[in-house]
Amino acid sequence: MSISDWFKARESRRYTALDGDALARAEVPDGVWTKCSACKKIVYDGQLVENVRVCPHCGHHFAMCAAERVDLLADPGTFAEFDSRVSSADPLGFTGAKPYVESLDAAREQCAMPEAVVCGRAEIASHPVVLGVMDFRFIGASMGSAVGEKITRAFETAIAERRAVVLVTSSGGARMQEGMLSLMQMAKTAAAARRLAEERLPYVSVLANPTMGGVTASFAVLADVIFAEPGALVGFAGPRVIEQTIKQHLPKGFQSAEYLLDHGMVDDVVPRGQLTARVGLVLDYLAGGERR
Amino acid sequence: MTRRYVMEFERPLAELETKLEELRRLDLAQNPELVHEVDELTAEIERLRESTYGTLSAWEKVQVSRHPDRPKTQDYIETLCTDVIELHGDRAFGDDEAIVAALATIGGVRTVVLGHRKGKDTRENIKRNFGMVHPEGFRKAIRAMHLAERFGLPIVTFIDTPGAYPGIEAEERGQAWAIAEALSVLSGVQVPVVCVGIGEGGSGGALAIGFGDRLIMLENSYYSVISPEACASILHKDAGKAAEMAGCLALTAEDLVELGIVDEVVPEPLGGAHRDPGAVMSAVRERVLGALGALAAAEPAAIAERRYERLRRIGVIAGDVG
Ligand SMILES: [Zn+2]
Repeated sequence: MSISDWFKARESRRYTALDGDALARAEVPDGVWTKCSACKKIVYDGQLVENVRVCPHCGHHFAMCAAERVDLLADPGTFAEFDSRVSSADPLGFTGAKPYVESLDAAREQCAMPEAVVCGRAEIASHPVVLGVMDFRFIGASMGSAVGEKITRAFETAIAERRAVVLVTSSGGARMQEGMLSLMQMAKTAAAARRLAEERLPYVSVLANPTMGGVTASFAVLADVIFAEPGALVGFAGPRVIEQTIKQHLPKGFQSAEYLLDHGMVDDVVPRGQLTARVGLVLDYLAGGERR
Repeated sequence: MTRRYVMEFERPLAELETKLEELRRLDLAQNPELVHEVDELTAEIERLRESTYGTLSAWEKVQVSRHPDRPKTQDYIETLCTDVIELHGDRAFGDDEAIVAALATIGGVRTVVLGHRKGKDTRENIKRNFGMVHPEGFRKAIRAMHLAERFGLPIVTFIDTPGAYPGIEAEERGQAWAIAEALSVLSGVQVPVVCVGIGEGGSGGALAIGFGDRLIMLENSYYSVISPEACASILHKDAGKAAEMAGCLALTAEDLVELGIVDEVVPEPLGGAHRDPGAVMSAVRERVLGALGALAAAEPAAIAERRYERLRRIGVIAGDVG
């Protein structure tokens, strides 16, 4: 399913659209609920959808799928996906506990998308952008050749069409099933991000839960302005690896968005409800760069 | 007799070699019947050496790459370079000994040399954190990259790290940010960049100084997205499957030539570079000078442009309609 199919499906499911007009239309069957993983309170799905997947009781930010992300950030009706068919091959014939091709098939089926990132042209606060969103459900949105290629093309398209880039990241890191081809995507995407910067085109990244490893250590943090979502886990090494290495427990809140803010690593922690407006405002400020 | 480090797969060979040494210490003139035995054992050792080292599996190569006696970055610098001026510190936090940056001359060519730096013994290894870099190490490297570009000096790097250090302070000081910045700067510097994989190429920590216009790897070095052990514990919940995972990850120099990532492989003496460091180092010197020579004539902007195109080609995808 392409993302445009998703939008059609959303209409028929009366799923969510998050501009004020569409909120009134959102209808979810009564009585479907989720238990908040943070406060353990019951949240009705209707409430959750209205509240951009943020717990109304405690502010916990639930995961969002790629389509919901697009819906949240893009001006209504402006998103047009590109490179929608770029997806992973299995260049190494990799077999771990299960063959990589099986993991790919399962992810494609579960997420109804061919790869872990969706990229397209869009407008945010009327600014022309390339918007890319990662979907953690798809093999932990790990970066293999296809994700690296799509992110690289996102920067290149933005350069060719004089657009800003807005990326929402969420990833476990490099996709080990593609070996060094995955690792090299870090250099490739970092190089593409650098080219965008040289063109004085703005790049805003939003670090969503979790953003780790090779994605953090490449394009995700090379943005002009970096926002993180509340409570998002962001870092290079995973907490378990660190614990095993240093043989001690990690402090509470370690690698959280708030911790990163304290340590000077992100520009701000922005609650999801304010995210779109905040990104739009940054674009207002930075859009003039290339005219200098 | 000096005790040497024995890798798991060479244990049968090591046992025979010990036996031969013991025989040789006996007075052969007094025991003429032993002369024949020594000859036989010598021949047997030769045969076993060939079958032990002739074709190493990926996991065996990983073990060779980690051999404590394997030549290290500092050995290459000492042997290959003259007029060395080491550059310490990141100008912000401290000096990370797990990475070395230096102005150095190789075969008459003035360069900036960067390398991961493991120790030669435990004491040194503790000081250098076993070659596992903290953010300030990457930031020192970035500083040296800028210096190289500003003054038109080519960059030569030696890759030998298990990976970037996974620790609380490393995260606190922005490990991911430092690596990302190194990737960005290295991708764009308008001077030639020649990289040599001499031992371990562990993930992002290796990549931060581990790509450029030419990537040369020693036959028994490895370069991988993840260590075979970590890969095994994630995918199999069993680090004991590391040997199997090493075979799956396509991490040897030979594999990486096939994937279009590595340009040249430097053969090693039978058993590994530590068996004849001098020969390996002079081969590396030749390859590095060859690469620098080939890149020397290019225009600065063209170098960076070609490096981008080189990176751009890496990856295998499906479903592309152009
Ligand atoms: Zn809650």
